[in-house]
Amino acid sequence: MRYAMVIDTLKCVGCSDCVVACQTENNVPHGYCRDWITEAVSGSYPNLELELRSERCNHCANPPCVRCCPTGASHVVEGGIVLVTADQCIGCGACIESCPYDARYQHPDGYVDKCTFCHHRLEKGQQPACVSVCPTKCMYFGDLDDPNSEISQLLKNRKHKTLSPEAGTDPHVFYLI
Amino acid sequence: MVTSRRKFIKISALGLGGLALSSSAVNLLAPNPLLDAAVKENIAKKLSRTATYCEVCFWKCAAWAYADETGDIKKVIGNDDDPHCNGRLCPRGTGGIGMYSDEDRLKTPLIRTTINGEETYREASWEEALDLIAEKFTEIKQKYGPESFALLKHGSPGSHLEHLFKAYGSDTIAEPAYAQCRGPRETGFGLTFGSWVGSPEPTDIRDTKCLVLIGSHIGENMHNTQVQEMSDAIDNGATIITVDPRFSTAASKSSHWLPIKPATDIALLLSWMHVLIEEELYNKKYVEKYAIGFEELKAHVKPYTPEWAYGITTIKPDSIRETARLMAAAAPATIVHPGRHVTWYGDDSQRERAIAILNGLLGSWGNRGGFYFKEKISIPKYPHPAYPEPKWGWHEIGQQYPFAEMGNTSEVVKATIPNEDNPYPIKAWMIAGTNLINTLPQREQTLEAINAVEFLVVVDTMPMEITGYADVVLPECTYLERYDGIRSATNRHPSIAVRIPAVKPKYNSKPAWWISKQIGDRIGLGDYFNYNDFEEVIEWQLNKLGTSLDEMKKIGVKNFERTSGPLFLGEGQDYVFGTPSGKIEFYSQELADLGFDPMPVYTHHPQPPQGFYRLNYGRSPMHTFSRTINNPYLSDLKSENTLWVNPRVARILDLKKDQPVWLKNQDGILSAFPIKVRVTERIRWDSVYMYHGFGHNNKKLTRAFGKGASDAELISQIVVDPLMGGTGLRGNFVSILTEDPHKNTMV
Repeated sequence: MRYAMVIDTLKCVGCSDCVVACQTENNVPHGYCRDWITEAVSGSYPNLELELRSERCNHCANPPCVRCCPTGASHVVEGGIVLVTADQCIGCGACIESCPYDARYQHPDGYVDKCTFCHHRLEKGQQPACVSVCPTKCMYFGDLDDPNSEISQLLKNRKHKTLSPEAGTDPHVFYLI
Repeated sequence: MVTSRRKFIKISALGLGGLALSSSAVNLLAPNPLLDAAVKENIAKKLSRTATYCEVCFWKCAAWAYADETGDIKKVIGNDDDPHCNGRLCPRGTGGIGMYSDEDRLKTPLIRTTINGEETYREASWEEALDLIAEKFTEIKQKYGPESFALLKHGSPGSHLEHLFKAYGSDTIAEPAYAQCRGPRETGFGLTFGSWVGSPEPTDIRDTKCLVLIGSHIGENMHNTQVQEMSDAIDNGATIITVDPRFSTAASKSSHWLPIKPATDIALLLSWMHVLIEEELYNKKYVEKYAIGFEELKAHVKPYTPEWAYGITTIKPDSIRETARLMAAAAPATIVHPGRHVTWYGDDSQRERAIAILNGLLGSWGNRGGFYFKEKISIPKYPHPAYPEPKWGWHEIGQQYPFAEMGNTSEVVKATIPNEDNPYPIKAWMIAGTNLINTLPQREQTLEAINAVEFLVVVDTMPMEITGYADVVLPECTYLERYDGIRSATNRHPSIAVRIPAVKPKYNSKPAWWISKQIGDRIGLGDYFNYNDFEEVIEWQLNKLGTSLDEMKKIGVKNFERTSGPLFLGEGQDYVFGTPSGKIEFYSQELADLGFDPMPVYTHHPQPPQGFYRLNYGRSPMHTFSRTINNPYLSDLKSENTLWVNPRVARILDLKKDQPVWLKNQDGILSAFPIKVRVTERIRWDSVYMYHGFGHNNKKLTRAFGKGASDAELISQIVVDPLMGGTGLRGNFVSILTEDPHKNTMV
C-alpha cells in the first residue's frame, strides 16, 4: 500500500476550498494552513498560461523531515504517510527548515503540524477532506501500489509532474499537466 | 458631500462591553500536545448533524451542519443528494461556519440616540425596538400611505419581510440582484426565447461540447453547479472559448481566449452571427422551425464582418472565424453563456439579446449540451388573508423602463430624495441582507436618500456600512441558527431542501421570520402570521408536498421526478415559446413598437482618457459580495484585494509589487483606503482590475476594516439600460496615485 494524491491542474480553479475544508476538518487555527494554493503565470499578454495548484506535504518516500527529526516525532506510517507525534515534538523546527515544500508550520501550541492525508478519515474509509470537498473534482487519492486504482490509471495515461524533483525527496503528490 | 442628519455610527459606543465578554469566543483546538489523539478525539466526538442550505451566496447549496455536544458548529459539509452541490460546497459554504462564529456579529437590537450632542447607538430590548418599529409602520401608513415604506432586500430574510410588507400594503420592494446584476439577461433572453434564464442557469454545461464565456468568470464566481460542470466539460474534452479583457481563471482553462477591448462585446457577437450566416453554419432546420426574423437578421448582420469587428474589438478576424466555426461544429451542444452579473455598459439587455440570438442560430436552446428545460416544484402557500392592493409600488417607480420585471433599487433610492414632482415619495426604508453602501453605484445619491428618509431599519447579521445609518438595527441570527422557507430548486429535475436550526441563536439575535411576525402582530396583521413558530409553516407545506418535517430532517434534500416532459426538444417536436409570436424572436416587433432597436446594434462606449484606466471588478472565489470579508475563515484566505496592473503600466508609473496606491476616478472621487499593486500580465494595459467587496470602512468589522479598496465607491458614473433600468457599472475610469491623498485631511 502506498498512498498518493493526484491533482489535475487543468481543472483546479484555485478557489481554496481544500484549504478551508482542511482547517475545519483538522481544527487548524486561524492564520495557519496545512494546504494552500499556488498560482504560476507564464508568458506575456496575450500569450499566457496559468497553472493553479493545491499544495501540501508531499508525503515523500525519502523525507528529509523525518531524517532530521531529533526526537523521532516525525515518522512514516503505513501507506507512506508522514506524520508528527505532537507529544514527542520539541518544536525545534529542523523539519520546517528541511522541507523543500515549506509544508510544515509551528502550531501555536508549540509542536510542528502538517498535512496527514487525513489519516483519521482514511481509517474510516473516507477520502481526505480536501479531496472530498473539491468542487472541480480535480483531486484524486488512492493506492499507488494498486495498478488499477484511479490514481495509477491517471498517472499511466496523463502527463504529470511532481514539485522540486531535484530535491530527491521522491514526493507522492502528483500534478496532471 | 451630503451634510448629514443621519450620521454614520460605527456600531459600538454604548454598553456592548458586557456582551462582548459573555460572547462565546471562537472555539478551536484546545491546547493539547497530542495532536493525533486530539484530532481523533475531535472526530470521534459525537457530532450531531442538522440539515440546512447555505446562505453565504444565492446558490443555496444544501448541506449538513455538524455541531458538538456543547452546541458549537464544527463543520458544514455538502449534502450528497443535492443537485446544487452534489456533496461539495464551495469555499464560502465550507467556511460558512465563520458567519456563525464571527465575534463581530451584531449582538443585540440597537436604537439611535443622541448623547451630549453625539449620535450613537444604545442597546435595546427586542420589545422596545419592535415597539418603535411598529409605531413607525403605523405612522408612515397614516401620514403617507404604506407604499411609502420600502423594503430593500436580498436572500432568505427578504422573503419573510416581503410577506410583512405586502400584508402591510407596500409593494415598494426591490433588490440589487436585479438592476445592479442579472436583470438585463432576463430581459434579453425573455425577449428572444420568452423565458428568463433564472437561477441556477439551465445550462447543460456537463454535456456541452463548446462553452463560450463572455466576461463570465466561472471558477472565480463559485456558482457551484456551474463550476462543477465546467470541470466535467474539461474532462469531456469540450472546447472552451473565453472572451475577457482579463486572463481569467476560465480563460486559462480555454482553448481560445479572446482578449477583447472592454465595452466592445456586441461587435464581436454581431460578427460571430455574420460568420454563422454567411458561411451557412447556423442550424437551418432549427431556425426554420422555431425562429422568426431570420431574413431581417441576415440583412442586419451582413455588414458586420470579422474585419469590421477587428477594428473595434482588437480580436483578429481569423480568431473570430475560427471560434464561430468551432461553435457551429459543436452545435447544438454549444452554450453561449448568458453570464450573471451583466450590468456593464447600459446596452446590456441588447448584448444579452445578441447572446440569445447567437444561441438561437446554433440551436442550443432546448438541446442537449445547450440549455435544458428546467423544472421546479411550487411550494404551497401557507394560508393567509389576501394582500391589500397598494396604490403604487416598484412597478410605478420604474415605469419608464418598459421591460422592468422587478423592483429597481436605484429607482427606489431616487424616489426617496425629496422632489415635489415625484408622485411616489418614499419616506422609510427597511433593509435586509444587503449592504446598500457597497452594493449600489453612485454612493452620494444613496447617502442623500439615506439622509432624507424619515426612518431606517436594518436587519443583518453583521455590522456592515449600511448598518451605521440605521435608526434601529435588528440583529438577525445566521442561517445556521434558524428556520427559513423551503428551498425549491430549478434544475434538471425538481428538488426541495430544508433549513433547520443546527444550534440556538448566539447572542440576542433572532430569525427574520420571527422579526416579521413580531412586527406584524404589533400592527394588527396577526392574521397573516397565523403560527407560533415557522416550523409549523414548513411542516404544513412539507405535508402538502407528500413528505414531512421528520423525513426532511433526516434527508435534508428530496428529489422529485420531472412531470413537465423531457429535458430537451425531441426531433421535429412542435414547441411554443413564451414570446408574443410563440417563436424564438431574432427580430423583436415588441422592441420595434416601443422605439427600440429590434435587433442588437453596436454602440461605441467611451474609452479611458489619457492617464486613466478602465475600472474592472469581479469576484474572488473565496468571498460573496462584501458580506464575507470579515468571516474569520474566508478572511484567512483573502483578507484584502489588490489592484491588477499590467507590467507596461507599472513601468510607466513606476509601480512595484505590493506598493500601496490610491485611486481617483473621473469625477475626482478618491478611494478611502490604499490598495496594494499586483503587477500581472493577466490584465490589459487599458484597464485595472480588483476583486469586489473589499475596502470596508466600518471599524466594527475588525478583520475587514480598511483592507483594500472598494470598487463600489469609485463607481459614480452609470449608464442606464433603457429597456429595464439596469445600471451599467463599467464606464468608470481611474488614475493611480502613489501619494496618500488623504494625508492632510482630517478623518
